[in-house]
Amino acid sequence: MVRLDDNGDALIRVRDLDKTYRRGGQDVHVLRGLNLSVDEGEFVAFMGPSGSGKTTLLNLLGGLDLPTAGSITVAGDEITHLSGPKLAHWRARHVGFIFQMYNLLPVLTAFQNVELPLLLTRLSKAQRRRHVETALGLVGLKDRTDYYPRQLSGGQEQRVAIARAIVADPTFLLCDEPTGDLDRRSADEVLALLSGLASRYGKTVLMVTHDPRAAERAEVVLHLEKGALVEGTTSGPEGNGPTSKPAET
Amino acid sequence: MKFFALIWSNLRRKKVRTALTVGSFAVALFLYGLLAAIQTAFNQGVEVAGVDRLVVRNKVSLIMPLPVSYRERMLQIPGVKTVTYATWFGGYYQDPKNFFPQFAVEKETWLKMYPEFKVPRGEWEAFLQDREGCVVGRKTAERFGWKIGDRVPLVASIFGGVWEFNIRGIYDGTRSEDDTTQFWFRSDYLEERRTWGKGMVGWYVVQVADPNEAASVAEAIDSRFANSPWETSAESEKAFAAGFVKQVGNIQLLILVIGGVVFFTLLLVTGNAMAMAVRERTAELAVLKTIGFTDASVLWLVLGESMACALQGGVLGLAAAKLFTLRGDPTGGFLPVFYLSPAKMALGLALTLAVGVASGIIPALLAMRLKIVEALRRV
Ligand SMILES: Nc1ncnc2c1ncn2[C@@H]1O[C@H](COP(=O)(O)OP(=O)(O)OP(=O)(O)O)[C@@H](O)[C@H]1O
Ligand SMILES: [Mg+2]
Repeated sequence: MVRLDDNGDALIRVRDLDKTYRRGGQDVHVLRGLNLSVDEGEFVAFMGPSGSGKTTLLNLLGGLDLPTAGSITVAGDEITHLSGPKLAHWRARHVGFIFQMYNLLPVLTAFQNVELPLLLTRLSKAQRRRHVETALGLVGLKDRTDYYPRQLSGGQEQRVAIARAIVADPTFLLCDEPTGDLDRRSADEVLALLSGLASRYGKTVLMVTHDPRAAERAEVVLHLEKGALVEGTTSGPEGNGPTSKPAET
Repeated sequence: MKFFALIWSNLRRKKVRTALTVGSFAVALFLYGLLAAIQTAFNQGVEVAGVDRLVVRNKVSLIMPLPVSYRERMLQIPGVKTVTYATWFGGYYQDPKNFFPQFAVEKETWLKMYPEFKVPRGEWEAFLQDREGCVVGRKTAERFGWKIGDRVPLVASIFGGVWEFNIRGIYDGTRSEDDTTQFWFRSDYLEERRTWGKGMVGWYVVQVADPNEAASVAEAIDSRFANSPWETSAESEKAFAAGFVKQVGNIQLLILVIGGVVFFTLLLVTGNAMAMAVRERTAELAVLKTIGFTDASVLWLVLGESMACALQGGVLGLAAAKLFTLRGDPTGGFLPVFYLSPAKMALGLALTLAVGVASGIIPALLAMRLKIVEALRRV
C-alpha cells in the first residue's frame, strides 16, 4: 500500500526529501520534506501542475540526480549515498525508465534498443536474444524487431521503450508522462501494458501524468503540491493551483 | 566485443561524414608512408653503413681523385685490415635519364669489404676471368631486363665513348635496405681504356680491425697524407653517408615539417568531426547513462568511435602506401632503396591511434561529464 508516512517494510521509502535548485543567485525549493512509501507491485500515478517538481522527484527516485537533503531507500539500499559508477550500476540493476519522448536510439533497431540494458550484464549473446524476444513479445512487437525507430508509430516506439525498460527485470519502473505524446488509442495500449505489468507481473510502477484518464489506471494517485505529496484519486484540471486537500494523511 | 555494434551503428549514422573522416586518415597515412619511404631512401646509406668501414676521399672534394699508390701505404697503418677502392664511372644505358651508379672496383678486395652483398661463387669467378665483365645488382638487372651473358653498352659521359660490358653476375642484398642498383666492373679495365687520369682512383674504403679504433685510424690516415698534393679526409661510413644526405639539403627536417603539418591538419579535421558527432547526440548519451552505462563506458564509446575511424583510415592509407612502394622507385633511379619498413608502418599505426585518441578525447570527456538531468531537460 502506498503511504505518505513511514513504513519500514515498503519497497521504496522516501524520507524528508528536499531538492533545491540555485538559479540566478536565488534558491528554488522544488521539493520540501517529501515523504513516500511504495510497496512492491503497486502502480502509482503522480499528478500536479507544470513545474511542481514531478520530473525532479522521478529523477531522484531513479538515481539520476541527488537530493539536497533526505533519504531514498529502495529494497533496503540507501541510494542517496551512492555516487558515480555505483549509482550507474544500481540504475542498471533496479530501474527501468520510460520517457515522454520515448528516447530510443535512432541508429539502433528495436531489437538493439531493447538489448542495450543487457549489454551491461554478463548474459551471453543467445541469452540476450531470448530476453529481448520475450520483452518485445510482451509488448506485442515481435514482428518489428528489425525496424528502426523512424519506421515505427509513436505508440510502437513507446512500447519498444517499455520493452527496453523491463528487459533486465528491474525492481521498479519510472515513467515520465509516458502517454503525453500519444493519441488516445496508443495511450490506452501503453497504459494497459503498464497496469498489466503491475497486476500480472508484480512490477512496481511509478508514473507521472497530466492526463486524469491515465491516472485512473493507477491504484493510487498522488498530487504534488508545494513540494510535498497529497493523496487523492480526484483532482481539478491541471495547472489550477493547489487543491484544498490537507497535506497530511 | 558487444559494444562494438553500438560504435558501428553510430559510425553509420552519418555515412558521408564517417567516410570523410576515415578518408582523411587514409590520405594522411598514405602521405606519411611515402614520406617515411623517402626518408628511408635518403638515410639508407646511413642505416646500412658498416661500423668497421671508413671512407677515404680527397680532402678537397669527393669528385677529386686519389693516387692508386695510397693503397699500399694505408695497409701499413696499424689497425687497418683491408683496403679497397672504387671510381665513379658516370655512364648511362640508352638514355641519360636511366640513372644507376656504376663503379670501377678493385676486383680482389671489393666483395670482401661488403659481406652484405651476395654473388654466387661461380658468377664471381667468371667475373674475375673476364676483363670486360661486370656484376650488377638485382634491381638494375630487372629494370633493364639484363641476364647473365648479355653484352651491354654504356655511354661514358666522363671518360668518353661507348663501353661494352659482359654481365657475369647478379648480386643480391641480405637486407631489404641494401642497395641493389649498383653496377660493378673491373678497375683494371678502366685503367686500360681511360685516356686521362691514369693511376688515380675515386675513393678508398678501409676496413679497420677494431670498430672502436675507427676514429683514431681515420686520424692516422689523414695525418699520413697531410701536406701531400693529395690530402685525404677519412671518416666512418656512417658519417660519410650522413654528410652525403646533408649535401642534398635538410631532408630530415623537411620531412618532419611536412609530416607534422599533415598530422596537425588531420587532428583538426577529425577533432571537429568528433565534436559534431557528440554534440548532436547529447540526449542519446544521457539515455545510455540513464540505462546504467557508467561515465567511463560512455567515454570509451566516444573514444572507440574516433579510434575506429583512425584505425580503418590508417590501415587503408598505410596499405596503399606499402603497395605504392612495392611498385618500386618512382623517380627512375634516384632513390635506390624505396621501401616502407615494418618499423615505420608500426610507427605510422601508433601515430594514427594517437591522433585518434587526441581527436576524440575532448568530446569523450564532455560526454563523460554530461549530466543526465540537464541533458534530458534540453530535449
Ligand atoms: N536544473 C535546474 N536548475 C534550476 N531549476 C530547475 C532545474 N530543474 C528543474 N528546475 C525547476 O524545478 C521546478 C520543477 O521542475 P520539474 O521539471 O520537476 O517540474 P514538472 O512537475 O516535471 O513539470 P512538467 O509537468 O512541466 O514536466 C521547475 O520550476 C523548474 O524550473
Ligand atoms: Mg516533467
